[in-house]
Amino acid sequence: MLIRHQSDLRPSEITSRQSYLSRRQWMAGAGAAFLTAVTAGGGAKASALGTIAKTAYTIDEKQTSLEDVTHYNNFYEYGTDKEQPAKLAPGLLKPRPWTVRISGECKTTASVDVDDLIRTSTLEERVYRHRCVEAWSMVIPWVGVPLAPLLQRFEPTSKAKFVAFETLSDVAQMPGERSSLIYPWPYREGLRIDEAMHPLAFLAVGLYGEALPAQNGAPIRLVVPWKYGFKSIKSIVAIRFVEQVPPTLWNALAPEEYGFYSNVNPTVDHPRWSQAKERRIGEFLRRPTLMFNGYGEQVAGLYAGMDLKKFF
Amino acid sequence: MSGDRRKRTLALGTRSAVHFLCLLPLAVLLVQGGIGDLGANPIEALIRGLGDWALRFLVVALAVTPVRRLAGWPGLASYRRMVGLWAFAYAGLHVSAYVVLDQYFDWTNIGGEILKHKFITAGMLALTLLMPLAATSTRGMIRRLGGVRWRRLHRLVYLAGPLAAVHYVWMVKADIRQPLVYLAIVAGLLACRVALWLHSRSHIRQ
Repeated sequence: MLIRHQSDLRPSEITSRQSYLSRRQWMAGAGAAFLTAVTAGGGAKASALGTIAKTAYTIDEKQTSLEDVTHYNNFYEYGTDKEQPAKLAPGLLKPRPWTVRISGECKTTASVDVDDLIRTSTLEERVYRHRCVEAWSMVIPWVGVPLAPLLQRFEPTSKAKFVAFETLSDVAQMPGERSSLIYPWPYREGLRIDEAMHPLAFLAVGLYGEALPAQNGAPIRLVVPWKYGFKSIKSIVAIRFVEQVPPTLWNALAPEEYGFYSNVNPTVDHPRWSQAKERRIGEFLRRPTLMFNGYGEQVAGLYAGMDLKKFF
Repeated sequence: MSGDRRKRTLALGTRSAVHFLCLLPLAVLLVQGGIGDLGANPIEALIRGLGDWALRFLVVALAVTPVRRLAGWPGLASYRRMVGLWAFAYAGLHVSAYVVLDQYFDWTNIGGEILKHKFITAGMLALTLLMPLAATSTRGMIRRLGGVRWRRLHRLVYLAGPLAAVHYVWMVKADIRQPLVYLAIVAGLLACRVALWLHSRSHIRQ
């Protein structure tokens, strides 16, 4: 059996003492309002997405402003400038109704309606680092569901060695997909099955407590925080369990620059720039990039024995 | 006499206008930076903006001679130095912004980037080639070097121009259409010179 249900992650390892204590308080019955006011780490809050549970998956770093998170986006389906998605996507993308087709090497295939998924799931908030391959980074409070339990519902078979993801293909909603001579649209990404089943792998339907803005990949996107941002595919319409390494867009375009794994790794430079440091959006001095974007304790085991310079 | 004076006033007016136009992009970038209008990554936006304008002015400077010859406007020659110096100024600010704002004087890393990453190598080489040209742009330097030697030295721009365009092509992630447009223009302007040179040579022979 390939599927891993458990990891070695203990909540106390990644939770700040402050938020840990806040959660205790909340469980002891302190008012949620009090907690939201006093700390950023605990409690639950209501929004258009319903109740959002705070989780142990948070970090004690300043969150990037909502303005920057929603106005500095690589979403080439809306052009190659980072300001373009915020201008174009909200008017063009129709995030409802939206279904995600789940198929391939699994016992049950299905079309999952995003609203159904939101209604029937316990939404979580996870504050993750986001490290772009272009050496900038953010800290983003995502809202969504862990990927593994959703995938397991469809009972992947032993042939399911990889999971392939696909973005919407529709030039009317995504005008950037017209430049098909340069990019092999639609956007595709993939993970090894054990990566996809890792507890950190997340499907976001919102950020900062609200539904995902169009430019951030509405209505549903992947978030794999230990990998470069481009692995976290946006506006997903299809998830397939497959036996072979699935083709992915950036890897197909420039295999020597964008590997299939693309784990954040300060010791493996991009051919055109160093990955040793990054600019956290909103900060002046570059900060050192952390191995696996700071999630090594949780994910390094996935790559035990692998030469990460070769499998970059 | 008064005609001469009018001509001189006109020339002064045009020169001021050209300086003003060349200064404008820098002023816009600085104002945008000052009021926080350069987006989420203002340092990158400033560096890219300065680089874009350095390349644009370099292209304009390279276009002066072919346009002057083809259109028969000998007066254009005096603007070549002006625009060329502005191109150098933008290139210098572009690199300064990279060194100060992007790298914050991390010389070890900067040295590594220049050696390891070919787009930075090309860019630095282009700026280095422009340095002696800027240094010898004064009338005194032209006189001291002598016309022939000065002209020969200033042919370095035929290397710096393509290098700057290649720097841009190599920097871009995948969609290299826009940088290729710049490279094509630079190549076209150099081809123009070759054509003009061949043309004038054949005329001399006759």
